Amino acid sequence: MADVTLKGIKKSYGAVDVIKGVDIDIKDGEFVVFVGPSGCGKSTLLRMIAGLEDITGGTLEIGDRVVNDIPASERGIAMVFQSYAIFPHMTVRENIAFGLTIAKTPKAEKDEKVMEAARILQMENLLERRPSQLSGGQRQRVAIGRAITRNPQVFLFDEPLSNLDAALRLDMRMEIGRLHKSLDATMVYVTHDQVEAMTLADKIVVLKDGYVQQVGSPMDLYHKPDNLFVAGFIGAPSMNFLDVDIISRDANSAKVNSKSVAEFGVDVWREGLDQTSKATLGIRPQDLYPVSEGGLLKGNVTLTERLGTETVVDIRLSDGNRLLASLGEDRIFEHGQEIRLDFDHKKAHLFAPATQ
Amino acid sequence: MASKLKQSNRAGWLMALPGAGLIGLFIIIPFVLAFAFSLTNQRLASPNPTEFIGLENYSELLGLAVFTLEPERDDAGNAVVEDGEIQYPRLRKFTRKNAEFPHLDGKREWFSWQSGENRTVVLASDVVFMKALMNTILFVIVVAPLQSAIALTLALLINQKLRGISLFRAIYFMPVVVSIVIVSILWKFIYSPGDGLLNNILSAFTFGAFEPHDWLGDTSTALGSIIAMSIWQGVGFHMVIWLSGLQTISPTLYEAAEIEGSKKWQTFRYVTWPGLRNTAVLILIVITMQAFALFAQIDVMTQGGPLDSTQVLVFQAVERGYGKQDISGGSTISVILFVIVLSISFVQRWLTRERK
Ligand SMILES: Nc1ncnc2c1ncn2[C@@H]1O[C@H](COP(=O)(O)OP(=O)(O)OP(=O)(O)O)[C@@H](O)[C@H]1O
Ligand SMILES: [Mg+2]
Repeated sequence: MADVTLKGIKKSYGAVDVIKGVDIDIKDGEFVVFVGPSGCGKSTLLRMIAGLEDITGGTLEIGDRVVNDIPASERGIAMVFQSYAIFPHMTVRENIAFGLTIAKTPKAEKDEKVMEAARILQMENLLERRPSQLSGGQRQRVAIGRAITRNPQVFLFDEPLSNLDAALRLDMRMEIGRLHKSLDATMVYVTHDQVEAMTLADKIVVLKDGYVQQVGSPMDLYHKPDNLFVAGFIGAPSMNFLDVDIISRDANSAKVNSKSVAEFGVDVWREGLDQTSKATLGIRPQDLYPVSEGGLLKGNVTLTERLGTETVVDIRLSDGNRLLASLGEDRIFEHGQEIRLDFDHKKAHLFAPATQ
Repeated sequence: MASKLKQSNRAGWLMALPGAGLIGLFIIIPFVLAFAFSLTNQRLASPNPTEFIGLENYSELLGLAVFTLEPERDDAGNAVVEDGEIQYPRLRKFTRKNAEFPHLDGKREWFSWQSGENRTVVLASDVVFMKALMNTILFVIVVAPLQSAIALTLALLINQKLRGISLFRAIYFMPVVVSIVIVSILWKFIYSPGDGLLNNILSAFTFGAFEPHDWLGDTSTALGSIIAMSIWQGVGFHMVIWLSGLQTISPTLYEAAEIEGSKKWQTFRYVTWPGLRNTAVLILIVITMQAFALFAQIDVMTQGGPLDSTQVLVFQAVERGYGKQDISGGSTISVILFVIVLSISFVQRWLTRERK
């Protein structure tokens, strides 16, 4: 088991900078998830930890050892790929035992380790099958089994579930969570599915354009996003953003309003809000609730999506802005119906205005 | 609906017609004709009517017999020895209209060996054909493994991301693009006795110690020279097929193997080679068929000589059919060749079948 430390990690392909200086501390036994939009460099970062890509700059430590120039096989890591990367001509048993075969491990020990991995993943009955006779979920289980037999200090997962259908994804997600608890190993997991990130992670790293946007526990990121990007990226449906004017402010709070938002007081703690009279207000759809009188927001219903447990309402505000509200109950709204909304002022976020 | 289907069918047949017609005209009809001719005494141009003669052509080509010659004995019953050599009755006595040995009639000595005082002689109805058959088989046995192995080696070397690698691809592929006739003429110069290129190079490297050799004029080197030149000419083509096979193997399989600490040859054994199975079957069959079809090199370089040491089946077929105007004989050789190649393909397919 080991810590993983990234210090000023950079990666360029020729003149293209993909990772532009990333610092992350991953503690022993921690489950860390990298999230971010497609092309932000999640896989590249993970592959640098694995040793599959050269590190252009910075230092990478795994368990107090600088591993920049140490080959993948000696870093004490195991990796699970999105495309499974299991060997099609080998049986499940041979696949799981691959690393041991390569290392010429005695047969008895090999069998024991394979059985152990198969038991953990509940696939003892599949050992003699070939990959072509397995479902996607079972294939990914084989890949995880191969990783387990390596007995690595760090498990690396690159979108392991994105080739699976929704139901299976849920199963496998829970299985990986269980695996983390039972093995107590450090795990680094790349995904662009934020549900996976929120449910699995001890710590989420949000990446964008080769930079870390924010690092924190899932609830930190949800309740206290550092910036507009993180706020919009975490949570579904996405946070609503409205441009507002700052009317007055003191040290920790400000009064804001706009054409469609009545004046109210909001906490101020983010940077970039000192020298400005414009700001962006963020409200999560789940924090909005309809009221019959008053309310800070007013608009007309343009669309409702009834999901049974919740109702997502698309609202056009009086100044033309759109707003989503997610109500935790099943409710019926008429198209065009006027609706008044309110929210807990404590749960509103004020960001420096989006710079385009 | 029905008429629509018929129409589209007619259009389909019409579109298939040019291709199907050409295949029929140049492949199917000649094949059927060859098969039919092989059962007759058809000649290229002859005043006599063609007659059906059954399998006589085949027995004339394939007829074999083993005969043991006992030495000539003097009155005391001892073998007669002259000049240190045991004297035997002349073979002719048995093979020319000898009523006691009808099965030897018309046969000639192919090869023989000594066993005690006796000499065992293998007789063939058609010694030249037998030599051609043996040379062809020898050619295939040497060329098929050697050419595919060299082609695979080149493909592995070339399947890398290096600067200027495509130049090498082009160079290795070049002999394939040049007509085999031209290549053969060039290699005739290379092999030419006296101051041919090969002799010059060899004597330069040995500081003149190497005696110039008549590569194509010597029965012991003629076939070998043609084998070497044929491998050189065809290797680029098979390299390209291997290369396409290599590129179907998913790069993540290599990465998975790398992480497991697989050494180069282990990666080849466990990842590359199993991934090339289908390509290997294809290449073996293609090379075998091409090798059996050996003709142009012989026709240009040696005409089957010296002393029939480079006789091969296709050259014999052409030589008989057109040189000697014996179309039925040539057809028979073609049919035999077809049967051999077909059976070998089946055997190869069976040997390389996917084992469950
Ligand atoms: N070999 C390469 N050469 C040049 N650019 C590359 C190379 N590999 C990746 N990139 C670039 O690096 C960036 C990051 O790629 P990466 O695969 O890490 O993205 P990602 O965050 O994993 O995205 P996704 O969610 O789609 O998997 C992309 O913009 C990509 O175009
Ligand atoms: Mg990726």
